[in-house]
Amino acid sequence: MPADRSLRVVLAEDSVLLREGLIGLLGRCGHEVVAAVGDAEALVAAVEEHEPDIVVTDVRMPPGFQDEGLHAAVRLRERRPRLPVLVLSQYVQRTYASALLDSGDGTGIGYLLKDRVGQVEEFVDALGEVADGGTVVDPEVVRQLLRRRRDPLERLTSREREVLALIAEGKSNGAIARELVVSEAAVGKHISNILTKLDLPPADETHRRVLAVLAYLRA
Amino acid sequence: MSRPDFLLSAWPWRSVGYLLTGAVAGLFALVAVVVLAALGGALAIVLVGLPLLVVLALVGIPVAWGERRRLRLVDLDPALDLHQHQPPAARGLWAWLTARLREQVTWRELGYTVLFAGLLWPVDALVITVALLFPLSMVVTPLWMATIGEGEAKVLKQWTVTTWPTAFGVAVLGLLLMTLCAYLLGLAAGARAELTRLLIAPRDAELDAKVVELTRSRVRLVDAFEAERRRIERDLHDGAQQRLVALTMTLGLARLDAPPGPLADQLAKAHEEAGKALAELRELIHGIHPKVLADYGLEAAVLDAADRSAVPVDVDLELPGRLPQAVEAAAYFVVCEALANVGRHSGAARAEVSGGHGGGRLVLEVRDDGCGGADAAAGTGLTGLADRVSVLDGRLSLSSPPGGPTLLRVEFPCDPCRPTDRCA
Repeated sequence: MPADRSLRVVLAEDSVLLREGLIGLLGRCGHEVVAAVGDAEALVAAVEEHEPDIVVTDVRMPPGFQDEGLHAAVRLRERRPRLPVLVLSQYVQRTYASALLDSGDGTGIGYLLKDRVGQVEEFVDALGEVADGGTVVDPEVVRQLLRRRRDPLERLTSREREVLALIAEGKSNGAIARELVVSEAAVGKHISNILTKLDLPPADETHRRVLAVLAYLRA
Repeated sequence: MSRPDFLLSAWPWRSVGYLLTGAVAGLFALVAVVVLAALGGALAIVLVGLPLLVVLALVGIPVAWGERRRLRLVDLDPALDLHQHQPPAARGLWAWLTARLREQVTWRELGYTVLFAGLLWPVDALVITVALLFPLSMVVTPLWMATIGEGEAKVLKQWTVTTWPTAFGVAVLGLLLMTLCAYLLGLAAGARAELTRLLIAPRDAELDAKVVELTRSRVRLVDAFEAERRRIERDLHDGAQQRLVALTMTLGLARLDAPPGPLADQLAKAHEEAGKALAELRELIHGIHPKVLADYGLEAAVLDAADRSAVPVDVDLELPGRLPQAVEAAAYFVVCEALANVGRHSGAARAEVSGGHGGGRLVLEVRDDGCGGADAAAGTGLTGLADRVSVLDGRLSLSSPPGGPTLLRVEFPCDPCRPTDRCA
């Protein structure tokens, strides 16, 4: 399964088993892991050294085994707001996702459950999406948020919410159309309705999509 | 003392020992107090005396220590050192000093020392003198007459005895008096010991100390239980969960390579099962100890619990920061149990978690608009939680009239952790 382009990846994961597995998986898909480290400090140093296209990091890492990986990611994004970061977590939790989304301008961010690594194609798609400046949030998190989110999403119809959830998962218009079994034009119409209802005036198309996702997640 | 063999037992001798050492120790205490007071008072003008006066204030501690030791001569129950139950907050002389000076016990012991040095030891000495010398001097009357008395002896320096029969009569009387005095000594020593115990080692303080110890051991148990939960969570996370992720990853890659056919189908099935196992394990680990609680505290964990709830939940929680770990955990599990009950039994359309911290108390309320009629005693969930809450001196109350609404309230006395503390 060759990727359309080769990304230079810095990988941070403290479990040797997973680290080796991820290196193999990314290599298989045509990406190059330029550095694979086991703790947060080494991650920051490796990014300084290698200037990667994307950072893939675990949340829980030494020395404290709390959320060091996430903090390192947020720190990195303070210094380089446009550095794409894909965070792998064992937990479906909004708090972790929010901490990440609040860093930089919200573009080029991914928050995925580690389970997704198993779904190789989805995972590699998400990696590409994040590297291109998209925002990808794990469907599990999105599902959880969808259950209780109200304002300012109250004005959205249920179909529009569905579309917004799929955007948050990092899907393109075409993918959304296939998922919902509608035409791509219909999806476009839904999206423009969502953007209007969320008071996002016309600007650069991709950026507005990200803002809509952020509004959705932070609501 | 009411036992028939009292006279033959060691108790009269123990009483004698108690009163005798009391007289001697009291004399030393008097000397120490007088010297310290005089020196400290005289030198206070040049400030050198002030530490001496502090030492004077603390002189009760060693005296009381010695007195409790002596108490064991006539009292078989151990006398508790009440200082031990309030260890100083920090190490070092200054912390020790301030801790001691703040304790009520220290001052009570000082009072006892003054009483001991001024009044009790002379009484001890008097009793021992009277109770031993009088009968002894009577018993030795015949001996006295035969030796240095040269045919006559003065009984108690009062009556002169000249004849042998009288002398022996006095001796017998002395023996009888001696048994009487043995009882008198026992009584005096017992009363004296009881007074000492009342002043510096009261029995109800022992009971209090036992309650304190029991409470502490309960807290330790809960802490151990919490630590064990965290250990299990960590072990599962570092072990089984990582391996399962690696397994799904390998299966995912294998599926890419497998040509379409029965093998690919089997792989897909295995992949799916591994994924399900992973999801189940994740939920299990979360139930044991949610990571977000440890990392971000109660507010974030409650928001997360609200996210997971089957019934929509509004959260209105205002906390000043991190709270002690045990409080956070207990409060979180109460909220989770309450929300689970709302989802399972209440039939509510909405629930609300509200609360905050104020006046040294954390208060959380979970309410729903359901059918009510919840009974804390019916299920084990809330009863177990109420126990955990009570260990932390918290209170859990439930109001759920038939027809609703249900309101569960939990409160804990606690202070937020300072940022420098690592209490969670």
